[in-house]
Amino acid sequence: MTTSLGVVTPELIPFETPLALERGGSLPRYDLMVETYGTLDSNRSNAVLVCHALSGDHHAAGYHESESNKPGWWNHYIGPGKCIDTDRFFVVSLNNLGGCSGSTGPLSINPETGNAYGPSFPEVTVLDWVHAQARLADHLGIHKFAAIVGGSLGGMQALQWSITYPERVEAAAIIAAAPRLTAQNIAFNEVARQAIMRDPNFFDGNYADHDVIPASGVGLARMVGHITYLSDVSMGAKFGRSLPREDRDAKGVNFAVEQYLRYQGEQFGGRFDANTYILMTRALDYFDPTLNESIPLPQVLSTTQCKFLVLSFTTDWRFSPSRSEEIVDALIQAGKPVSYTRLESAHGHDAFLIPDPTYERIFKAFMDRVHQDRGGSV
Amino acid sequence: MISHSYRIPDWVAKNSRVLDLGCGDGRLLSQLVETHAIEALGLELDPDKIATCLDLGLSVVQQDLNRGLSNFSDQQFDTVIMTQTLQAIRRPDLALAEMLRVGREAIVTFPNFAYIRNRVQLGLAGHMPVNPQLPNPWYDTPNIHLSTFRDFEELCLTLSIRILDKDTSNLSGKRTWLGKVWPNLFGEVAIYRLTKES
Repeated sequence: MTTSLGVVTPELIPFETPLALERGGSLPRYDLMVETYGTLDSNRSNAVLVCHALSGDHHAAGYHESESNKPGWWNHYIGPGKCIDTDRFFVVSLNNLGGCSGSTGPLSINPETGNAYGPSFPEVTVLDWVHAQARLADHLGIHKFAAIVGGSLGGMQALQWSITYPERVEAAAIIAAAPRLTAQNIAFNEVARQAIMRDPNFFDGNYADHDVIPASGVGLARMVGHITYLSDVSMGAKFGRSLPREDRDAKGVNFAVEQYLRYQGEQFGGRFDANTYILMTRALDYFDPTLNESIPLPQVLSTTQCKFLVLSFTTDWRFSPSRSEEIVDALIQAGKPVSYTRLESAHGHDAFLIPDPTYERIFKAFMDRVHQDRGGSV
Repeated sequence: MISHSYRIPDWVAKNSRVLDLGCGDGRLLSQLVETHAIEALGLELDPDKIATCLDLGLSVVQQDLNRGLSNFSDQQFDTVIMTQTLQAIRRPDLALAEMLRVGREAIVTFPNFAYIRNRVQLGLAGHMPVNPQLPNPWYDTPNIHLSTFRDFEELCLTLSIRILDKDTSNLSGKRTWLGKVWPNLFGEVAIYRLTKES
């Protein structure tokens, strides 16, 4: 039966070799905040890399000692006996470069100036993240991942891995993702960025110099984003037109959904770094393995060597099933092994984080097979 | 559940690329992977069946066959198989044409509506047949385009499809001598190997 991982402890791993970045500039050195679950086997062939989405981090599963009530963001899918079975796999999860959960990012000190990077932190891309993750794999002694998995922006990293390091990926699970964003999708990110930049506390990203944070702008950005991660159906089911709960007395709150969004915004605005949010949304916007359609996607994927699982969710309109199907069709055209299911869900884009029997059944079947294909017993 | 025909493996080349339309639980494909080392892809609608296919290590894409195969390139496969599904498709003629666009050859099986038991139920009893071959009542059946050996061959002629081989079996996928002698009357399942007239 499935159990929880229990208490997990992140580790900060330093990298002293400079990393040249795709959009120019470089990082002279950097740290990555990493969690691992399970045990790396003797031939180092059972590693699974979990890639996080826009606002996720290294804490994918289990509990931190300080927050015993709040499990990692994918706790339902990672653990003993779960889809990503930590009795079989050695799971690696990290906070990406530019993040604000411990890895080198805008909050870190720039060794060249002695001050925090702030808005001067260089633009990083999905490709940069993948290169940094590959160095992390080298550090951990992992030549080839049994699987690389991720949802949303995390799925884009899995896709990029299959393209950039084909010989280092056995299987890729790309969930609720897209080969690149549409104009509408970029537009939502721009509204989020504008919400942050127009916060009077933003100071062109130099808010640290003024001892403030643009929490209101980040909160508003989160509110916009959050709406796009849910579906009309799930919001209707959760809130409908019901009135706010009485135990909260916010001015001007007329409906429960408003109260919910404000709460989400406040929580997020207080904890998530504004410069990181801008940087992460930019990475999302710029992701485009076709290099602005200069290479057709089937051709981009023609050199991949892994088997693929692609999953989408029926009510996801931020990364709709048709976008996942672009990846699937390109893989079919390229003659690559791909499995795909459009899962019934009411939960919109967030569905990739939410427990669902069919999702689990299919994801687990794929991961079990990854385990068997590398000689593991059932 | 109708077993797949005993003839299909004879008509699939070793190490070839095979697409199975409506692959179900993946039994046929995984057998062919085992015996013929084929490169297999299945299309299936039902997520539970897709999961069963994944258990077997197959690659399966969820796709509604009624929406065609426009996401596949011309002649991408050596063989495209469709077992016991043609009669449930909205436009069998378009499906056949698509199969032979994306594949060099096609293998099709379907229930022969002219099978003697159906003739008796319809011709003598005056009822739409309900039997192990066609288990659903007329008002609630996936089998919306029933045909016979003769009907099918006429369609092939119209579509310039060449019949490379044909056979018949009973519902367990076994050959019967009566079916061999007189397929349109005694064959329960029609099995065809097709290619495009060149």
